[in-house]
Parts: sequence; structure tokens; C-alpha cells
Amino acid sequence: MDNARTAQAAAIIPVPSGGPQEDAASAPDPDKLKVVELSAFYRGKIALRKIRVDIAANQVTAIIGPSGCGKSTLVRCLNRMHEVQPGNHAEGEVWLDGENIYAPGVDPVQIRRRVGMVFQKATPFPTMSIEDNVTAGLRLNNRRMSRAERDRIVERSLRQAALWEEVRDKLREPGISLSGGQQQRLCIARALAVEPEVLLMDEPCSALDPISTARIEELILELKASYTIVLVTHNMQQAARASDYTAFLLNGDLIEFGETNQIFTNPARRETEEYITGRFG
Amino acid sequence: MEPSIQLSLRTRPEPDPQATEAVTLPTVAAPARHRIAPGLLGDRLFRFSTALLALLVLALLLGFAIVLAMESRLSLVKFGLSFFTSTNWDPVNEEFGALPFVYGTVVTSAIALLIAVPLSLGVSLCMVELLPQWLAARIGFLVELLAAIPSVVYGLWGIFVLGPWLRDAVDPLLARYLGFLPQFQGPHLAVSLLTAGVLLSVMIIPYITAVCTEVFRVVPQTQREAALALGATKWEMIRMAVIPYGYTGVIGAIILGLGRALGETIAVAMVIGNRPEISASLFLPSSTLASAIANEFTEATGDMYLSALVELGLVLMVLAVVLNAAARALVTGVVSQGEGR
Repeated sequence: MDNARTAQAAAIIPVPSGGPQEDAASAPDPDKLKVVELSAFYRGKIALRKIRVDIAANQVTAIIGPSGCGKSTLVRCLNRMHEVQPGNHAEGEVWLDGENIYAPGVDPVQIRRRVGMVFQKATPFPTMSIEDNVTAGLRLNNRRMSRAERDRIVERSLRQAALWEEVRDKLREPGISLSGGQQQRLCIARALAVEPEVLLMDEPCSALDPISTARIEELILELKASYTIVLVTHNMQQAARASDYTAFLLNGDLIEFGETNQIFTNPARRETEEYITGRFG
Repeated sequence: MEPSIQLSLRTRPEPDPQATEAVTLPTVAAPARHRIAPGLLGDRLFRFSTALLALLVLALLLGFAIVLAMESRLSLVKFGLSFFTSTNWDPVNEEFGALPFVYGTVVTSAIALLIAVPLSLGVSLCMVELLPQWLAARIGFLVELLAAIPSVVYGLWGIFVLGPWLRDAVDPLLARYLGFLPQFQGPHLAVSLLTAGVLLSVMIIPYITAVCTEVFRVVPQTQREAALALGATKWEMIRMAVIPYGYTGVIGAIILGLGRALGETIAVAMVIGNRPEISASLFLPSSTLASAIANEFTEATGDMYLSALVELGLVLMVLAVVLNAAARALVTGVVSQGEGR
């Protein structure tokens, strides 16, 4: 794409203080999310330092880096989940379609309905059936649904999550009766059922075996047609296989951001090269 | 006698992604048959001694039942099943029926649960989900202090403070707004079913609250975050992730509270009025199984009278076991429905 993306982190698309709205008048903004000078703190300690990154619409953006570099923190800042734990806070701006989600008065609950999330560990609700797990987010909106509409959403979401064929005959069975890989796909279906605009995936395969991992990666490639995806991974092969853009974080700093191809074949920074060649991390 | 109530503090297992997709490990070679490894001997000893202790508990329970049945054989034989259906408790003519006491016990316990359960749930959810840690710890400490007050002191407070206050301030309100129900009709007395029930509720709140707090604390943060990430508000998160996850534990807490309420003796004896009558009105005195035993034991001069009182103890024990079993069946029913395997 553009050359600006392949430049060093510090130089990526300088955003004037007025915010990114100025593009709005022209062609549809290719960037779904713009992270501007975002810093995050954990009990007073800094976890992310003035991050700038642009997440392209309908693309997969991978965030890589060694443990503790802040990659989970960054992705959790994108739907305001970071602040859920006491003592955490974030400063800076994250623009979602021209709206700063950190502006005063923004309701994090509304943001989370637009920016869905899948966690490292599969977290189906243990008392709910497969079907109820899928519709859990819909029921939150207190929306009255006809049985037919409900069935349609369940089928659509499970198909999108590539789980429909495996569970179509046992929708009433509990979600935790599924295998680990199926549970993770159930969680993806649950996140997709509310039709978010962005899907954040925080190491979705780290607890899965290689076969389940491959299925989820295929799924990611299919889903990017309809969703903008941010994928946190500690697995560099996964980033290389599944993503279009890659951000490399180290100790809370964004070291490099660019097209995945370029990051993995021709990194601009020495630290990136050292990390992807396995010299640390 | 305290009814034997066992507390079920089972919480749901966290869904384990590896559990069902685990790679099969090569099986460990079976140990040689011809000699027993020292570790194995220890295992056997441990199994044997713990099994013995478990059996001892069962034997104790059985022993209780046998002794109670033996000591109450006079009245068991004379009244048979009519002991449970008769409302006549007449020591002078040695005619005994337990129904008024069963009624008093069930009604006071029901009032206690009706008040204590929502209150305790509210307090524990507030402590776990809403308040900052330092404040929650202090409130938790104060609530637990309630459990440290001796029941006879509760009884005094019931006689001098709670009873008169209910009679003068609460009963008229209940009579005015709910007076169409027979439960809230008739004269207002300080010693009544209502006073005993409210007093019991205060006494069981610390137990239910403490257990519920622990239950909600062990709900994994991942479950809460899963709900929040779907766009749940705090309340929706509690309803979707926290309460269902802790459901069995909450039922356990309620069983514990119920056990306390059924068996509480002295505080109830001080505020219930000790009249073996069945009246619909909650404003009137009654009596419970436990309080009747405590009150009348010293007066029971005849063998038949004594035997009838012991049978009340037997009834209390059976009632506690039946209610416990019912609650347990409820829990396992819900759990097996929820987990399906």
C-alpha cells in the first residue's frame, strides 16, 4: 500500500492535533482505527508509551512482541477493556471511524458493542447452551427477537465461525461440552453475533493444538472480508501467515509497523530483525 | 440439637480448553505386582483412615436417630402418625401433636430466608463487584461480627428493641397495606412469628453473606471480561457471568442459613411467645420445635411428656434432613441441566 506504512513507527502518518476527521470528506477512510499518542498505565506503572498505529479496514493487523511488551494492553485499549481492572488507565486518543473513544462522555459499553473481543482462553458461559452462548450479547440489548430471527442469527454466527456443521444437531447442549478449539470458535461466534465492526483477538490460539490453530487461522482470513481484525500473537509464523500488517512492540514502545511482508523480509529496525530471527523473546 | 446441615461449596469447573483435546500421553508402565512401594502403602493407609473417619460421621448421624427414636418410643407408639397431624399439645392430659411446632419452625425460617437471602446477596455482590477492596474488607468484617454475637444477646435485643419496634412501627404498616391477607390481620403483639422470623434473618445474614462473598470472589475474571467485552453493563455482567457461575455456591449458602434458622433455639424461645398454636396471622405468638424443647424440658415430669419432647427433636432432625436433601436435589438438578454431562 502506501509507503508511509512501511516507514518507522515514529514517522507513521503524522496526525495533526485536530484529529483525523479531515479525511472524512474525501474517499472512505481506509483506516478503521487510528491510535494516536496512546499511553497505558498499570497501577501507576507505564505499560505503553505514546503509541501511534493505524488499523486498516477489512485487513488483519497483527501485534507481535515478547511477553510483557504491552501487546495485550494495546489491544485491550482499543475497546476500553484495559480500564476494567482497578488501577488501570489509559491516556491519548483512539479514533474509531472519526470518533475518539477516549473522549469524555463516551460510554465504554457502547464502544464494546462495536468492537468485539476474543480472549486467550475460551470463555463460554458455563451455564448456557451453545445457542444461548451465541445469543448472549444480543440479549444484552434487551431486544425482542422472534424465534425465527434468533435461529437465523445463531446459524449465521456459527457458520461464520466455521462451527455450524459440528454443532447444528446439539445447539441445546452446554457450551462447555465442546472441545477447546470448538469452544474458542463458539466464543468467536458469540462475538460475531452482535455484528461488531472490529474484532480484537488476544492470542486466540495460545491454548489450542496445531489443528485447531490452523482452523482459527483459516477463519481469520475468511472473516476479514466483513470485519476489521486485530490479532495479538506470540507466534511469529501465525502473524506471517494470517496478517496483512504487523506491529512490533518492545517494552511498551512501538518499534516498527508496516506491511507484514516487509516486516518479516526486510525489517527497518535492528530490534525487529533480532526478534523475528529469534535472537530474543 | 443443631440440625446437621452440610454445606455444598462446589463451584463450577472453569471450562478447560485442553481437557478434551489433550494429546494422549504414553501410559505410564504399571508398577510391578510383587512388592508394594512405600508410597503405595502410605496411600492405602491414608485411604483406610479417611474412609474410617467418613464412616464415623455416618455412624454418628445414625446414632443420633436411633437414640432419639429409642427415647421417644413411648410417644411414637401411642400417637403414631397422628403426632404429625394433630394440633393438640396438651401436657396435662398427655395428648401430644407436633404440627404447631412444625408450622412455627417452617414459617419463621421462611420469613428469615425471605428477608436474609436478598439482603445477603446484595451485600456480597456490592462488596465483590462495586466497592473498592479496602472498604469491602471493612464491611465484610462488620458483617461477620454479627455472627459473633451470642444468640441469647440477640434474644434480649429481640425482646426489648426489635419486638416493640415491629409492633409499633411495622405491624400497622403491614396491616394497612397488606391487611387483605390473613397473614397480616389481627392484634399486634411484640412476641410473634414475625419478630422471631426477622430476628432469625439478622442472625443468618452473616453466614449467607460470608459464603456468597467467597463464591462470587472465585468467579474467574475471564468470565466477567467475556461479558463486558460483549457490551454488558456492570449489572448485566453480574446477571450474565457472576450469578450463574456462583449459583451452586449460593444455594449452598442458603442451605447453611436455613440450617441455622431451623435449629436456632434460645433467641427464638425468647421472642416467639411459646404458644403451640397455628394462627394464620404473623402478628401472633407461636412456637418452634427447638424452642419448645428448650422451654418445656424442665417441666416435663411425666415419661410421656418427656418422650413427646424427644420426638420433637426427632421431627426437627428429619425436617432438617428432608429440607437439606430437597435443596441438594434442586442444585444437582440445575447443575446437570446446565452441564449436561
